[in-house]
Amino acid sequence: MLKPITHCLIISLLVYSAPLFAEDKYTSARLALVKEINADVQETSLYLDKEALDPRVMDALAKVPRHEFVPLLQKPYAYQNRPLPIGHGQTISQPYIVAIMTDLLKPKPGHRVLEIGTGSGYQAAILAEVVSEVYTIEIIGAIGAQAEEHFKRLHYRNIQSRIGDGYYGWKDAAPFDGIVVTAAASHVPPPLIEQLKPGGRMVIPVGSPFLVQHLVVVEKHADGKVTSQQILPVRFVPLTGGH
Amino acid sequence: MIINNGDNIPRFSIAMISATALAYEILLARLFAIIQWHHFAYMIISLALLGYGVSGTFLSLFSSHLRKQYAAAFIINIGLFGVALLACFLSAQRIAFNAEEILWDWRQLIGLAGMYLLLMLPFFFAANAIGLSMMVMGGKISRIYAADMIGAGIGSALAIALLFYFMPNQVLQVLAALALASTVIAWLELGLPWRKSLIALGSAALLPLLIPSQWLELSLSPYKGLQQLLRIDGTRISKTLSNPLALVHVVESNTVPLRHAPGLSLHATTEPPPQLAVFSDGDNMTVINKATTRREQLDYFDQQTSAAPYHLADADTVAILGAGTGNDVLQALYHEVPEIHAVELNPQIAGLLTGEFAEYSGNIYLKPQVRVHIAEARGYIARSQRQYDVIQIALLDAFGASAAGLYALSESYLYTVEAFEEYIKHLSPDGVLSITRWVKLPPRDNLKMFATALQALKQLKVENPEKHLMLIRSWQTATLLVKKSELTNLDIEKIKIFCNQLGFDTAYYPGIDAAHANRFNILREPVFFTATTALAGPAGAAFLQQYKFNITPATDDRPYFFNFFKWELLGELIDLKDQGGIPLVEWGYIVLIATLIQAVIASTILILLPLAANRNNRIARDKITAVSLLYFFSLGLAFLFIEIAFMQKFILFLHHPLYAIAVTLAAFLLFAGMGSYYSKRLQSRIGYLASVRLAVSCIAVLGLLYSISLGALFTLFLASPITIKIILTLLLIAPLAFFMGMPFPLALGAVSENRPALVPWVWGVNGCASVISAILAMILAMHFGFTLVIISALLLYLAAMWLFARLPLPKAISH
Repeated sequence: MLKPITHCLIISLLVYSAPLFAEDKYTSARLALVKEINADVQETSLYLDKEALDPRVMDALAKVPRHEFVPLLQKPYAYQNRPLPIGHGQTISQPYIVAIMTDLLKPKPGHRVLEIGTGSGYQAAILAEVVSEVYTIEIIGAIGAQAEEHFKRLHYRNIQSRIGDGYYGWKDAAPFDGIVVTAAASHVPPPLIEQLKPGGRMVIPVGSPFLVQHLVVVEKHADGKVTSQQILPVRFVPLTGGH
Repeated sequence: MIINNGDNIPRFSIAMISATALAYEILLARLFAIIQWHHFAYMIISLALLGYGVSGTFLSLFSSHLRKQYAAAFIINIGLFGVALLACFLSAQRIAFNAEEILWDWRQLIGLAGMYLLLMLPFFFAANAIGLSMMVMGGKISRIYAADMIGAGIGSALAIALLFYFMPNQVLQVLAALALASTVIAWLELGLPWRKSLIALGSAALLPLLIPSQWLELSLSPYKGLQQLLRIDGTRISKTLSNPLALVHVVESNTVPLRHAPGLSLHATTEPPPQLAVFSDGDNMTVINKATTRREQLDYFDQQTSAAPYHLADADTVAILGAGTGNDVLQALYHEVPEIHAVELNPQIAGLLTGEFAEYSGNIYLKPQVRVHIAEARGYIARSQRQYDVIQIALLDAFGASAAGLYALSESYLYTVEAFEEYIKHLSPDGVLSITRWVKLPPRDNLKMFATALQALKQLKVENPEKHLMLIRSWQTATLLVKKSELTNLDIEKIKIFCNQLGFDTAYYPGIDAAHANRFNILREPVFFTATTALAGPAGAAFLQQYKFNITPATDDRPYFFNFFKWELLGELIDLKDQGGIPLVEWGYIVLIATLIQAVIASTILILLPLAANRNNRIARDKITAVSLLYFFSLGLAFLFIEIAFMQKFILFLHHPLYAIAVTLAAFLLFAGMGSYYSKRLQSRIGYLASVRLAVSCIAVLGLLYSISLGALFTLFLASPITIKIILTLLLIAPLAFFMGMPFPLALGAVSENRPALVPWVWGVNGCASVISAILAMILAMHFGFTLVIISALLLYLAAMWLFARLPLPKAISH
């Protein structure tokens, strides 16, 4: 008589604890990914001009559940170091690139950062872990609504998001210490440069949705002078040398 | 049961099938360029054509059954061809395949394989119908082959004609209807009894035309620019146009104005005016600027690197090559140039600015100082009697496609050494050639352009060519300036001021030092400076060899400017897969090699399969089988080598790619068809061996003669009207193609008399060889040039002639 009840109990326990097991699986996969990115960065250190990325950025990467920002079918691949499709012709970036882009902003706890092109919301979530305020704008309604949903569910209270045209930035919240332009841009909108604080940095990935070719960092110096740096996030000797 | 003994050659239906199959092949190239990208279109279609090879294998394996049921099998295969032509494309475009994900996600390969298999089916059925006829009517092979070739010739012209009048998806309907209509013709030609079935077949032929248009809508990759833009609320397509050159969409937005200004200075303070987006094949966005009375809204035209030539000299006459929707024209108007020649290949794109959107654009193409020329850019300059103060080559391709090396397989005669010579010759004494391209890291296009200009100046015997060049760059674009006269200190000073004001870097000018090359858009190493100074210096040639990407200048014989691939680099990038290496892979060339490998493997299986299935049979171990294999394989390779190589030569002569493809392809196939038809008569007069010897000797002599003399002949007729050029092209192709049409049917006729069982098999061998040939020709041309492709073809023909003598020939008529 007790046997069926015991079976039921065991089955219920397994069913209800499955998400916990899955969560464990995701956590270990995430930590493995962070380890992998750390190793990749070390190998690329010469070209990034640093041995390791900001530990706060790496901690954020270890904490933010990337699997929560991807569609169900992509969850098994959430902790592979590659871009993934999220629907509507959009992608979630390669974690290695997200890490480098965030690091390039030189984020500090008190910083206010603007993101143009919310996409999945993953980049904003990473930023939210390392700065105090994140403002993010998405032009595609469906994608923006989905990202807002993720922020609410994961309790990201320091992320302000809205759907609209990012060309004019977020005037009410300007100036920003950092701006990330993940949406395809034919040029850097002059209003965004205006909304960058002197000493602030803007990061732009250049390439197609799946293939980021290089990163551009626009710096607004204290004297208002604007320069850019082009960074190839690859351990690659471009000219005539060997490996 | 439908019985026919094979006495009546269904020549019209065979010609119709061939015409439809070839038109379908051309149409697929258009359709896949629209829904995917050019290079994947190339791979998918090349492998789909293996349907011809599969057919040979199929016919070999089931020949005895099919022979007995020839008429039924013939008609059923045509019918299936018509159905598959439509259904397989519609199914294939629904397969979720993303080319950019291939190296990340192996599952994409399943989608790709699915596309191959689906698209192979129509060609399989078409080839079955033709191959089956050859198998059954052995004595009339030359006539069947003639009908096949003549049909294909008509099909090539038909495809282009249809694409002028219909949308690409509508052409699909027309071709399906034509294929199904062939069943009716076949029924009548085979002399089958008049039955209700004939009426049914006739009615079925009309069905494709009745399919609702929404079923046939093209499903573009969601990662193409057009699809990305259309996801934004308030954007909509306001106009769609199509011709064989491109499918053009004009997109407007009610809520979010477009602002496209590539290369705009980071110091710019004003934003561009509202714009309409214009997409070609769903990508490569350009814009139509809304007319504005506020000149400052156009200030951005002076804040791009492409404005540099206007700071070098006061330009009175400017030629804009690839004027598109008029951005560079507007830039010239902004700089108050009194005479602007806007050269645009696609009349529909230029037509947007003279028609429906003329007012929106401020009538820029209708202004008295602007003259619009609908012409291919290189041809326009070659024919032009003028000299220009500025020749501007516009930036028309999208960054994404360009950066991924997707154009590597496109021949371009715009960026060859000979083209640059032509541009420089057409500059006024102090004129400037200005070419703007995207900045890529590590640099590729910009350096190749620099090396090309340097080479052109050297070939023009210009002293100190390095003193004629300047390269400037922003974070996004780089502009190369080539001045006809030596750059003066004043010139250099003017450009330095322009660059300083806008935060652009001078990457190269005569006498530059490293300190001036990397100040505003800072690279870890000043690679543009080091590379250009190395190229301009005495060790330039060594630098070209050592550089990790292929930046050796393209020539008219090797017109692959966009191929930057080097094998040495591939392994390194694959090793760096997780560290950002994949985006640097130059995809175009890899796709080409991948296509070749797949084609060779598939062909080997297809060719060996019938032999393995009959391994107890004498045929499988017969020396004749081996000789036949080599003969037909050589012919398959050689025919397309010559056709492809000469088509490229004639593109350069006729300039307009559409005329060139339509005229040369149709001419080659039509005259080869005539040659095939005549071959039977020739063989009955002088025998098989002598006929083949005569044909191959004529091909060899004409091929060599053309290789040597076409260049001079083309120069002589350079300024002639297009009709004269087309007549000359036809006259030149006619004799060569006529003789090229003979060796295949002659040998097939001989085989059919001695080893009839081999006929379907060699038909398949030829089909496989044709697929491999097209790919191999491109690889050879990329590495060694089209001249070598022609020479290889001639050697293959000679080898075939030698092999032919080793085939057993019907004794009575072999001598």
